[in-house]
Amino acid sequence: MFFSFAVRNLRRHWIRSALSIIGIVIGVVAIASLGVMGNSINLLVANVITDVGDTVVITPHTAIGGTFAGDPRTAVDASIPAREVEEIRRAANPHRTIPVLQGADEVEFGRGKSGYTQIIGVASDDIPILLEIADGQYPRQNQPGALVGTYLAAEYGVAPGSRLTIGNESIRVAGVLAERGFAADINPDYAIVVTDGWYESHFGAKDAYPMVVVRVGDAEEIDAVKEAIDSRINRREEIVDIFDSREMLRQYEEIYQQITVFLVGIGGISLIVAAVNILNVMYISVTERIREIGVMRSIGALRREVLLMFLYEAVILGFIGSIVGGVLSTAFGYLISLAAVEVFTAGTTFGENITVFDLSAVGYIVFGMAFGTGTSIAAGFYPAWKASQLAPVDAMRQK
Amino acid sequence: MNGEPILRFEDVSKIYPLPAGDVVALDRVSLTVDPGEFIAVMGPSGSGKSTLLNLMGCLDVPTAGKIYLSGREISRMSDDDLTRLRRDRIGFVFQQFNLIPLLSAVENVEFPIILTTDREESRRRAIEVMRAMHLDDALFTHRPGELSGGEQQRVAIARALVNDPDLLLCDEPTGNLDTKTGTAIMEILAEENRESKTVIMVTHDPNVAAYARRTIRIVDGRLA
Repeated sequence: MFFSFAVRNLRRHWIRSALSIIGIVIGVVAIASLGVMGNSINLLVANVITDVGDTVVITPHTAIGGTFAGDPRTAVDASIPAREVEEIRRAANPHRTIPVLQGADEVEFGRGKSGYTQIIGVASDDIPILLEIADGQYPRQNQPGALVGTYLAAEYGVAPGSRLTIGNESIRVAGVLAERGFAADINPDYAIVVTDGWYESHFGAKDAYPMVVVRVGDAEEIDAVKEAIDSRINRREEIVDIFDSREMLRQYEEIYQQITVFLVGIGGISLIVAAVNILNVMYISVTERIREIGVMRSIGALRREVLLMFLYEAVILGFIGSIVGGVLSTAFGYLISLAAVEVFTAGTTFGENITVFDLSAVGYIVFGMAFGTGTSIAAGFYPAWKASQLAPVDAMRQK
Repeated sequence: MNGEPILRFEDVSKIYPLPAGDVVALDRVSLTVDPGEFIAVMGPSGSGKSTLLNLMGCLDVPTAGKIYLSGREISRMSDDDLTRLRRDRIGFVFQQFNLIPLLSAVENVEFPIILTTDREESRRRAIEVMRAMHLDDALFTHRPGELSGGEQQRVAIARALVNDPDLLLCDEPTGNLDTKTGTAIMEILAEENRESKTVIMVTHDPNVAAYARRTIRIVDGRLA
């Protein structure tokens, strides 16, 4: 009875009800799709970052950390002098220290195809320690050759045995690298790896390295190795920054989780706005119907029945809004996560076959819906309670 | 009839505290209503007629004094208990009809019993009472706004009678009706009284009051 009463009253003021529902829908969609988006970014990062758990990465000290291509160190050409690299080698002993050279040059892949590509130089005997090959063989010091990143190879149709021209120097392709993903040290999937000898003969020897990688066999020893390097190199002033891959992964996760919380928070604000709207609508509804409430009370409706009747209205508004919002969020969330994959992997082939719309995304949608219904009920409670507390005589006296 | 009065007021006062000073709406009123009586309450505007009727109908509680409904003291009852008394024992007829605009005529009538009775039974009972009020079946599904004043008051009386109350309280039941319709409504009330219902009715109109067998006059909150 009271439920159908609530439905009828919502239908009587259908525009008002529809607007309230739209408010809830927007709130739920905002929470759920922003949550899904944050979640997608999280999953995406987790998918593309290769967890090289046993690697310590040493870079020249700057105020900003990280090894992205857009790193300011690339621009200012900061590097670690060979003398310091030797110090690092001593400090990290017996673990393997691998200095890495990084630059870029125009590369011709044959058949008129060319592009500007990252070139990584590593000592020939260090290459097998750092990288795996999918096809061909590793170059040797006396038999130089290039290893081509898997995506680069796929894009330009490069295979072992073919030839490339880097700058104006021709080089044979020795092998194609296995896919490595986005790692803490180097990201060779779209790069060309050459021996350090060839690199220095091509770019000129600078006796300095933009990055040094230390392979620590046992993850337990990572902190000791970092400590040893730090106390040896950064004794007087900060010369290098020392990271390990686990720490970087943790930092990424932390950042992206914060982004998700922030995004969901923004969604939450829009839902609170919707709740205020419901509060307002319910208040108007109670005020308009004071006399009616008085009549109902005088002919036998209990306080809790009046409370229930108005709460039903809030529940219905919240429930419809949440259902519609949930359906839209599922659609939006899916599109947003597709877009997130595309934005984050633009120009690369990372993200192919990556599903970023998983159970935790559904969790955000369910959370959004529950939050939407909950806020509506909370917003409806006060006006409903007010209505139930009206004395029948006073209520009937209202015009 | 077991001889016990259906209503008994003992020194009942009702005072409304207002910023400009307390208003004494009823001043130490004592009265007794026996079962089956037909009483008209008359008096000038603001004399306390409606306050008296509200107290009789358990819509309000007295500031002082005691009210007994069939021997039970109601002055200290909880809101829920008073509501149940109104639902089960009392029928109200208002000057403004006070039908619920969202509900159809038949739904308005069944409202007091649907809260306690199953849907089919309440509908059957509502239709029975409405037919007794000479309301056409075609009107049952109409909303109050689609009915004439007389029809609305018949629906309101049907609603007041649907729970088969002992006491029928009417506040100016013909006040918003033309003479002919008013007479028809009064005939219905008189008929209900003949069928053993106690009827108490507030009115200004001596012609209406003439239907009653006793008249209570009230002036400035006191029985005259």
